[in-house]
Amino acid sequence: MKRLTLSALLVLSASSSGVADAQLAAFDRTKPPALGPTPPLTVPNVVSRRLANGPALRVVEHRELPLVQVTLTIAGGGRLDNEQPGLTSFVANLLDEGAGTRDANGLQSELAFLGASLSTSASWDFTTVSLKVARRNLEAALDLMADVVLRPTFAAAEVRRQRDLRLAGILQQKDQPNVLAGLAINQAIFPVGHPYRRALGGDSASTAPLDSATVRQAYEGSIRPERATFYVVGDLAAADAERLLGARFGKWTARGPERRPAPVLVNAVRAPGNQVIFVDKPGAAQSVVVIGAPGVERTSADFAAIDVMNTILGGSFSSRLNTVLRETKGYTYGASTGFTWRPLPGPFTASSSVRTNVTDSSLVEFFKELRAIREAPVSAEELARAKAYLTLAIPGDLEGVSQIAGQLTSLAAWNLTLDELRAYVENVEKVTVADVQRVAQRYIPADNAFIVVVGDLNQVRGGVEALRLGTATIRTVADLTSERRPQ
Amino acid sequence: MAQAAPLRVPVVVDTLPNGLVLIIHEDRSVPVVTTNVWYHVGSGDEKLGRTGFAHLFEHLMFMGSKNAPYPQFDRLLEAAGANNNGSTTTDRTNYYESGPASALPLMLWLEADRLGWMLETMDKDKVDLQRDVVKNERRQSYENQPYGMAFENLAAAIYPKGHPYSWSTIGSMADLSAASLEDVKEFFKTYYAPNNASIVVAGAVNPDSVKALARQMFSEIPRGPAITRSAAPAPFTLRDTVFVLEDRVQLPRLYLAWHTVKEFSPDDAALDIASYVLAGARNSRLTQALVFEKEVATNASAFNSSKRVDGDFQIQVTARPGFRLDSLQRLVDAELNRLAAGGPTARELDQAKNAIEASFLNRLEFSGNKADQLNAYYYATGTPDFFQQDLDRYRKVTAADVQRVVRQYLLAGRVTMSIVPQGKPELAATRRVVQ
Repeated sequence: MKRLTLSALLVLSASSSGVADAQLAAFDRTKPPALGPTPPLTVPNVVSRRLANGPALRVVEHRELPLVQVTLTIAGGGRLDNEQPGLTSFVANLLDEGAGTRDANGLQSELAFLGASLSTSASWDFTTVSLKVARRNLEAALDLMADVVLRPTFAAAEVRRQRDLRLAGILQQKDQPNVLAGLAINQAIFPVGHPYRRALGGDSASTAPLDSATVRQAYEGSIRPERATFYVVGDLAAADAERLLGARFGKWTARGPERRPAPVLVNAVRAPGNQVIFVDKPGAAQSVVVIGAPGVERTSADFAAIDVMNTILGGSFSSRLNTVLRETKGYTYGASTGFTWRPLPGPFTASSSVRTNVTDSSLVEFFKELRAIREAPVSAEELARAKAYLTLAIPGDLEGVSQIAGQLTSLAAWNLTLDELRAYVENVEKVTVADVQRVAQRYIPADNAFIVVVGDLNQVRGGVEALRLGTATIRTVADLTSERRPQ
Repeated sequence: MAQAAPLRVPVVVDTLPNGLVLIIHEDRSVPVVTTNVWYHVGSGDEKLGRTGFAHLFEHLMFMGSKNAPYPQFDRLLEAAGANNNGSTTTDRTNYYESGPASALPLMLWLEADRLGWMLETMDKDKVDLQRDVVKNERRQSYENQPYGMAFENLAAAIYPKGHPYSWSTIGSMADLSAASLEDVKEFFKTYYAPNNASIVVAGAVNPDSVKALARQMFSEIPRGPAITRSAAPAPFTLRDTVFVLEDRVQLPRLYLAWHTVKEFSPDDAALDIASYVLAGARNSRLTQALVFEKEVATNASAFNSSKRVDGDFQIQVTARPGFRLDSLQRLVDAELNRLAAGGPTARELDQAKNAIEASFLNRLEFSGNKADQLNAYYYATGTPDFFQQDLDRYRKVTAADVQRVVRQYLLAGRVTMSIVPQGKPELAATRRVVQ
């Protein structure tokens, strides 16, 4: 591949016309062809309903192919875990390991037989059950989805197996320099008591005691109808969606005490001065570098300006950071920056994997760019390119049923609807050069960053310390991956 | 299950006088367009001593051309709201752009310019820079990944020296270092010609307008000399080979690999179904036996890697903490023997077919996927809209077919490779006991 795929920061749609026939007449190969006009943005129509027992319903009729996507989100994800990191994601993991009358094998066999994909997962704020299936098998697949949500078995043997698999997975994190860098930066930015300090999937200490009773109790406290929203997108009418879901989820009632997130009494930490954190991986072929600081909450009024600024700094292939580190210096295969959007500010990170013997030189370039975007205005050309990239770039992100459902759910996490797509385009268009510099000065760290370097310390430590970026500490792999939670 | 409607992806095909094949698929579900160009050259066409060259060349195609000098390619596309990338396999190199339909003239102009007017702007500095980037890619995606050197070592063990699939697409560091500007020019002149390419335009477009536009952009580019791809490799029989690698990993992983058949040959679909029955789902045989019943493995996977001129079949299982790969290998062999003896059940076969059919339908959702698949089908079969015929290959497979291909290919000579934590060779699989 020419480059690793950068993930889209916000998903958007803009519609646009076909080929302009006028272009054919006057063709001059020495000049790029003009772009056609950008037609007004169109977003799918969403029908809202609510089942009598609580769950909300959002339906988009999308008839292109005989497919249906049903995504159930249940408010309350890893933030509920408090003293048991990883518990909610473990519950999500176990929902489809046996449910209703079927054991894990029977359930997966039946799903596959129907050509259905069903997955379960948890984020910091939601548990999600996602089903995609051909319309003709929707009823049968929904029966299985209802079993998974309402009647998971949590058989002791399955819980133990999945726990052991999870422990093996946590052990394997030690092999992955990117994962280690992520653990190190989160443990630096988020203090003890902050939910984002811990891995969403927990660690070995929190995973080892998980058992069937713990899982069932957590399930009853969090998988509840009043927290549920169904997003149905595909080849059916809203009335049919309501009828099919009502028949299967209409009697869903809450049981037992509700799980709630503990109040967050500590804030993310901005380093008092730049701080280097080394993690030793003897023999590593590269160094993984992550520069991080607290970011900002998604609901910030600066969201659009931050998106534009980040696109210029490191959020696109032709961004400053990727251009310098990859295309000018040849230090890396790619470099990028990004804000992680969560209800509480997630981290801002600038990261790359760089050749071991230019680890120090790479840091010099990183900090040049972090400073430059704060200290000088961006060019009008960069601003225009970033705006176009953000507003026109992803009209195809409403192309398929899963993408449309994905838009709905990711916006709903901030209590936003698809109308936000239009507002976002307007907000991006209003961003000025001064706005970009203002948000860079406010959110991009140049003197208060944590700098994680995962690599062969015998080779890189001296050069990095000679840069005198700030204080340096060493964290061991064992320490990063098995940190015990204070009770 | 109820019968599904036949899969159709209607296309208009237009061959330009210079040999470029244009394939247009109109899909107006959203106002986006994808262009997808396949050049019929891959790492299998590389000369010995120049492994990794086709992929290095892919990188150079983004380094500017006469009318769109570096760094205009990326900047113009981003300013039009479009994304782009490329990829190289053993058999082909593709380049694609996707974005608002209004960007189509720009996409075609950029593709034409780098096919017709790229070489005159190529220089040693560009080659040196992208050589460094590709070496970084090798470090990042292979050398610094746990188990990252598995594929390269397996390829060399499965295929005889000189076979087009016996080296990795990323290439060796030494060969990347050896690549010169002269190599770049020769490679371009040999393979990057309109008569060695096909381009798919898929999305919210008018086919007649696309035809006119494509002719305007590409017709000036002259046809190149006729291209001869490497001849079909000599048949060979894989002998049992056992070896071990040490890596910076926590858990040992066992790789088994067999020599099989090329894509779209008669046994290809049955081998795909065998891979599903073995490890395609939670209830597949290897997954069930090793991960869930015996609890000796953390995961199991199997895939049939059939390519243009040859193919192989691989199984990978990772041990749980405390288990040696010999015990995993015995269980894999027991499952292979059981499948060879009894074939899949009717239910297993149906499940595999239904899962494969669902994957076909899911692929049809996105114009980008359709575009790449249309090029793939065109190249392999001469028919871009081969979706239904491809699906029919799977529908026709019987339990006896699966049983036969397992017996014929997966009980034959194989490569047994262990990747173990450094300093723990005792965890590796040893030569299997002949049953």
